[in-house]
Amino acid sequence: MPSYPITPKTGAMGTREHNPSRKRFLNWKRVLADRFATLFAILMAVLVVAPLLAVFGYLVARGIGSLNLAFFTHLPVPVGEKGGGVANAIVGSAMILGIASLIGVPWGIGAGIYLAEYGHGRFPSLLRFTADVLNGVPSIVIGIVAYALVVLTQGHFSALSGGIALGIMMIPTITRATEEVLLLVPLSVREAAWGLGVARWRVTLSVTLRTASAGVITAVMLAFARIAGETAPLLFTAFGNQFWNLNPNQPTAALPLQIFTYAISPFDEWHRLAWAGALVLIVLIVGAVALVRVVARRGVFQGAS
Amino acid sequence: MGVGVQVEGLSAWFGATQALYDIAMQIPANHATAIIGPSGCGKSTFIRCINRLHETVRDARLEGCVRIGSLEAYGNGTSAVEVRRRVGMVFQKPNPFPTMSIYDNVASGLKLNGFRNRRVLDEVVERSLHMAALWDEVKDVLKKQSGASLSGGQQQRLCIARALAVQPEVMLMDEPASALDPISTSKIEELIFELKEQYTIVIVTHNMQQAARVAEYTGFFLLGKLIEFDKTEKIFTNPSDKRTEDYITGRFG
Repeated sequence: MPSYPITPKTGAMGTREHNPSRKRFLNWKRVLADRFATLFAILMAVLVVAPLLAVFGYLVARGIGSLNLAFFTHLPVPVGEKGGGVANAIVGSAMILGIASLIGVPWGIGAGIYLAEYGHGRFPSLLRFTADVLNGVPSIVIGIVAYALVVLTQGHFSALSGGIALGIMMIPTITRATEEVLLLVPLSVREAAWGLGVARWRVTLSVTLRTASAGVITAVMLAFARIAGETAPLLFTAFGNQFWNLNPNQPTAALPLQIFTYAISPFDEWHRLAWAGALVLIVLIVGAVALVRVVARRGVFQGAS
Repeated sequence: MGVGVQVEGLSAWFGATQALYDIAMQIPANHATAIIGPSGCGKSTFIRCINRLHETVRDARLEGCVRIGSLEAYGNGTSAVEVRRRVGMVFQKPNPFPTMSIYDNVASGLKLNGFRNRRVLDEVVERSLHMAALWDEVKDVLKKQSGASLSGGQQQRLCIARALAVQPEVMLMDEPASALDPISTSKIEELIFELKEQYTIVIVTHNMQQAARVAEYTGFFLLGKLIEFDKTEKIFTNPSDKRTEDYITGRFG
């Protein structure tokens, strides 16, 4: 074995460092590349946040002037009348999104668990493919499906049909994301639980799913935020309503529908209401996501990854 | 109290690759038995056959007979869950449940099986942590800190406490100290010394000094076969097989 002299001057890495000019050159190049990479990463991060801030800023600028207490507590009023609000649409949206979550969350998480824990072979591959295709189906098509399945069968529009349409849209997102985060849980954690003599379904629910819970919650919130602003699938399912309705089996107002109605109208007053409605919608979505995160974080310990 | 483990005609496969060939071994109760041999010789596969973890690997299968005391581990009416409740396991890399507190980690075996009596759980957790020589270090943060927040050596003792809490009869240890520093290692070894009074211990190790220190019996594996199984003293001073002697004297492996 040839041995290189190891002294503080030359270093242990080999002979290149013997040439001081080359060393300086490499150093200079490396520092520049490092600076550039850091700058690039910061720039990209800013570019990600910029559109969001721009949209939000624009909404605040256009919408905040029309916001008042009545906007949250009153029903819509006909053109020409002053005041009025979207209280029924806020409540209607909450109802539709609640129904959608009741359908999409357990269904999506269940399918994700199946794919991650038992997903070998032909059927799971088919399921994965189907989920990916479903993810790419335009939302209006899903609305038509819900119209054909629920509205036509029942003979009337309803919050239920809107919730079903949005729930179907949640499923593939949650399924695939749940599968991904469950597969990130190390096998050693599952083996530890199996080795304790815990039944397999129990390990999946109480250990694997729990270990991945932060990721699953993120997946659910992403899916929720995505469908919360959907308008197209609600056009011929929930349909909209100018009055109070708390019956899930009746046509129901929803914020995106209300914004749509106001925005395509020829009246300036309604345009202002559309901006205000959009602002409220965004704030409510961000609020719901943040709330779930805060509540979910309470169960996590110091030092937990 | 521990029970003995009897293995007869045990062969195991991963897909088409055979990992174990016709192993027969009588592991005595309330003693420590070391399993030594070069990497990839089937040591881990062997102990994973004892608690039926082998079958959780995809395409893995096995033949033969394993008895835990009087329980036929691969008998018709025996479930894997039943076997694993009686045979605890400590793994090579510490694997506490990251989202559970220290307390919940130790109590997990009981809690996940539906046991909810607070007073008894408190007792079991304290006793198990005492046995694993971890109580003094964690008693003030039991429910505040995650199991993953401890150091590597502490995590491994936490995993031992977790395995002890369900009161198994046999304890399998798959290179429990190989990821630890010398001080943690000696703590684990002391622990094994105390535990073998009450438990049957099977310990896989790469470290032959460790085998000599803690185990009364030693089995030497090579290429999926059990070459020699005897009293540790005999294996290390006067092995009957040339291959055992070669391995122990460092001629290969």
